[in-house]
Amino acid sequence: MKTRLAILMTVLAMSSAVYAAVPEAKKENASVPVVRTADEAETMRVQGELRFRTNCGRCHAAPHKFPPRMMATIVRHMRVRATITDEDMRLVLFYMTQ
Amino acid sequence: MCVLTVLLLLFFAANRSMAQTPEAEKPVPILSGSAGYFNFVTGGQNLIDTQINPVLLLPLGDRWLVESRGEFEGKFQRSGPGEPYGGPVNKHLDYLQLDYIVNPYFTITTGRFLTPFGIFNERLYPIWIRALQPDPLILPIATASSDGVMFRGGFPVSPKANMNYALYVSATNIGVSGVESERHVGGRMGVFLPGPRIEVGTSWQKLLQDERANAFGLHFAWQPVRVPLNLRSEFARSFQGSGYWIEGAYRLNQVPFWQKAMRRTEVVGRGQQFFVGRISYNDAQQYGLPGVNTREGELGLNYFLHDGLKAVASYGRQFSSDGNANIWAAGIAYRFAFPLGRLGAQ
Repeated sequence: MKTRLAILMTVLAMSSAVYAAVPEAKKENASVPVVRTADEAETMRVQGELRFRTNCGRCHAAPHKFPPRMMATIVRHMRVRATITDEDMRLVLFYMTQ
Repeated sequence: MCVLTVLLLLFFAANRSMAQTPEAEKPVPILSGSAGYFNFVTGGQNLIDTQINPVLLLPLGDRWLVESRGEFEGKFQRSGPGEPYGGPVNKHLDYLQLDYIVNPYFTITTGRFLTPFGIFNERLYPIWIRALQPDPLILPIATASSDGVMFRGGFPVSPKANMNYALYVSATNIGVSGVESERHVGGRMGVFLPGPRIEVGTSWQKLLQDERANAFGLHFAWQPVRVPLNLRSEFARSFQGSGYWIEGAYRLNQVPFWQKAMRRTEVVGRGQQFFVGRISYNDAQQYGLPGVNTREGELGLNYFLHDGLKAVASYGRQFSSDGNANIWAAGIAYRFAFPLGRLGAQ
C-alpha cells in the first residue's frame, strides 16, 4: 500500500512538473467564454444563472454580484472547494460579471 | 494500479488551452470570511461565542490559488453565579493550501486542507452558510484538518450527471488535543444530477497506523426546483461512533402574505442521532463526540437582513442517558469580502 502510494505521488509530481514546464502553443482566454452575438450572450447569461442556482444555491443564498476581478477569484475558489465543473465555472462567471 | 491509471488518464486528458486572462478579468487577491456573535444556552448554562474566521484567497497566474482560513473563537461562560464571563480564545488554522488546477478534470492541492469527508465540513461549516449554528453530533468523525496532498475535481459524465471526487493522503493530522498526529488516506466521490438537483456521495478514510481503522460516510442533498427547500443529510460510521443527521431548510418565498419579510425568512428543522463507538466515554468527549447514545431534534429560524448578514435563532431538545437538555441558540452571522488589489475599470 505504502509503495503504491509513493509511486502514485512520485509519478504525479513528475508529470505535473513536466506538464507545467512544456510551453503551450496557443493561448486562449480560459476564464470567460468568447461571445460573438447578442443572442449567444443572452443564452449564456440564462445558462449561467441556471448553473449558478443549481450549483451555488445548493449550499448558500445568492450573494450580490461582486466586481469581475473579485468574481474571478471567488469562482476559482469555489471551483476547488465545491468541485464544480469547468463549464459550470465559466458560465457562472459570465453570469456573475454581466 | 487502477487508481493510478485513472488519475493519469485524467491528468493527460487535458484541455491544455487554459491560459492567460485579460487584465480586466484577472483575479485579484481577496480577504473574505465571516464574523459572528452567538448565545448558546445548553441545559441552563449560558455560553457567549464570538468568532471571526478570515479567509485569504491569493490567485497566482491562471492555474494557481493559495487559500487559507483561520479561526479565532472566544467562548465565554460564568464560572459561578454572579461571576463575570470568562474563557479561552481559541486560534486555529483550518486550512492553508496551494491549489494547482491542472486541467478541467484534475486539481492538485497540497498543504493543510479540510478533510473531504461528507459535505458539512467542506461546504456547510462557515457560520454564514450553515442553516443551524450548533454543529451536527457526528461532525468530529473524520473531519479534522489534514496536512498532505489531495487530488480532486468535478466533471460531467453525461449531459444529466456530474461527478466529483477527492482523494488524499495526509502525512500528519492535528489531533483533537492539538498535538496528536495521525496518518490517513481517504477520499470522497459524489454524483450530482443538475436536473432534479440531487447529489449523492460516499466518503472513506483509513487510519494508516494503530488500529488501521476505517471510517465510512454517505451524503445526500436535494434542492427541489419548484420549492425553495434545501434537504441535506449525512451518515458516518467509524470506530469512534456512528450516526446521522437530516436537515430541511425552507425559504418562505412562496408564502402569499408579508412577502417582503417572508422571502428573507428561512425555517429549519434537523433530526440527528449518535451511537457510541468502541472508545471510552472520556475519549469520545476528547474527540468532541457525545459519550453516550444521543438523539436530538432542532428547529430554527434564519432572517437574512442583508447580503451576507443574517440573524439566527434555534431551539433543540437533546435526549441521552447523560440527561435530557434544552439547547437554545441566538445570534448574528456576517460574511465579508474585500479586494486586496486594484479592481480596475468597472
